[in-house]
Amino acid sequence: MPAPDDRRYLESHEWHKPQGDLVVIGISQFAVDELTDITYLDVTAEGAIGKGDPLGEIESVKATSELYCGIDGEVIEVNQAVVDDPSLINRDCYGEAWIIKVRPTDAGQLDGLLSAADYEKRVGV
Amino acid sequence: MEQEAPTLLETPFHRFHQEHGANLIDFAGWEMPIRYGSIMEEHKQVRNAGGLFDVSHMGRIYFSGRHARRFLERLLTRRVSDMKENTCRYSLICNEEGGVKDDVLIYRFSDKWLLVVNASNRAKLLDHFEQIQGELKVKIDDQTESTAMVAVQGPKVMDIIGQFSSEVPSLKRYSFCQKNLMILKMVISRTGYTGEDGVEVILPAKMADMAVKLLLKDKGESAAIKPTGLGARDTLRIEAAMPLYGHELDEDTDPFEAGLDFAVNLDKDQDDNGETFIGQEALKEIKAQGPRRQLIGIRMQGRRTPRQGNAIYSDGTQLGAVTSGCLSPTLGHPIAMAYVTPGSCSIGDPVTLAAGSSRVEGEIIALPFYKRAK
Repeated sequence: MPAPDDRRYLESHEWHKPQGDLVVIGISQFAVDELTDITYLDVTAEGAIGKGDPLGEIESVKATSELYCGIDGEVIEVNQAVVDDPSLINRDCYGEAWIIKVRPTDAGQLDGLLSAADYEKRVGV
Repeated sequence: MEQEAPTLLETPFHRFHQEHGANLIDFAGWEMPIRYGSIMEEHKQVRNAGGLFDVSHMGRIYFSGRHARRFLERLLTRRVSDMKENTCRYSLICNEEGGVKDDVLIYRFSDKWLLVVNASNRAKLLDHFEQIQGELKVKIDDQTESTAMVAVQGPKVMDIIGQFSSEVPSLKRYSFCQKNLMILKMVISRTGYTGEDGVEVILPAKMADMAVKLLLKDKGESAAIKPTGLGARDTLRIEAAMPLYGHELDEDTDPFEAGLDFAVNLDKDQDDNGETFIGQEALKEIKAQGPRRQLIGIRMQGRRTPRQGNAIYSDGTQLGAVTSGCLSPTLGHPIAMAYVTPGSCSIGDPVTLAAGSSRVEGEIIALPFYKRAK
């Protein structure tokens, strides 16, 4: 599945999608394919968050990985459905299985993240 | 100029893996399928019905000649001279200090012996055999790359095999037979590494395609036997508390720490045709002094995956570390094997495990975690 171009990406596979005045963050299909069955999600981000800060940990049968936020802002919402059932990420990583919503300090910061095409080039898809 | 990565060995099932969408990885220098789809689904498929594993990467080395038996008695920690023909035994190969070089299966044929070894230890062992051979007359024939090997494991497997063989379902555990399929010979043993009933089959490499066609005749969702990868193989053997070299076993670990006393015969040099095995003196001393570590089982709360190296604590003191762990698909909770200081804890004791950045609570439980209902 090609990376949707309605959002921007970090090289560490977190997608950042503008939604009104918020930015929604999740992980890409490429990351999901690498991780295989996702068994656990721990979101530690709360309140103020900065670009490059870890927002939590994701665990699969294969490995445990940190998740990162690509922008400065404030955490507004955590997707409880995905924390309760992390396997949702295996099923719909670009839609239902978003992870957090952030109110950005500077909406323009998103432009500094990778476009879908550049992200795909980076991960060698 | 860039250095090229060394090419990986391919098993005779390589094209099959590609055709079935396998996720291929480098495993001990071989390109192996870690999974075809969901590891957890493949795991459950084996527990409920049947799974087919390509294990062609494992070493298959034949021994024959006048002194083959004596050579093997010196090499292996377990007695083999009293094995009946067409049976197999689990054994260890140790170094002079009693540390484990590999865990293996030895097969006794009428005119030769077969050793099945871990892929990661094949090169090391071939060197070892050369070092220890001395004046013994033994022919060592590594047939790994001219043969294929599959494991077919699960409660429905024997019924399906029974459809085209009456001999195989009558095999006892750790026995094998040789079958001819169109003049080519196969070795079929009632052995496995999953905790389920089933067989392992050794066949000439060129028969690989025909074998999978036969075993995977039923296709689709409801197929009784489906292709299964190494990811599920690992979670299955962890549930069955079977050791994996590089985790529960290595050259600094002795068989007693790993709970493998049954695979060591410290008195076999006393037999009429007995030999002293490499490491025997060291193991006698270790046995006399008592174990330096103890392998235990842990059941964790929550859903985090325990991994090799995670520290285990009790009351703030570190008892040891995890050797293998997973979120058990069959039991629905995380399980781990760990080495701890002997006597530092008992079954039922609470422990804390450092998993990722968290501290998770658990308790010591008996091994194995899963046992097939009879």
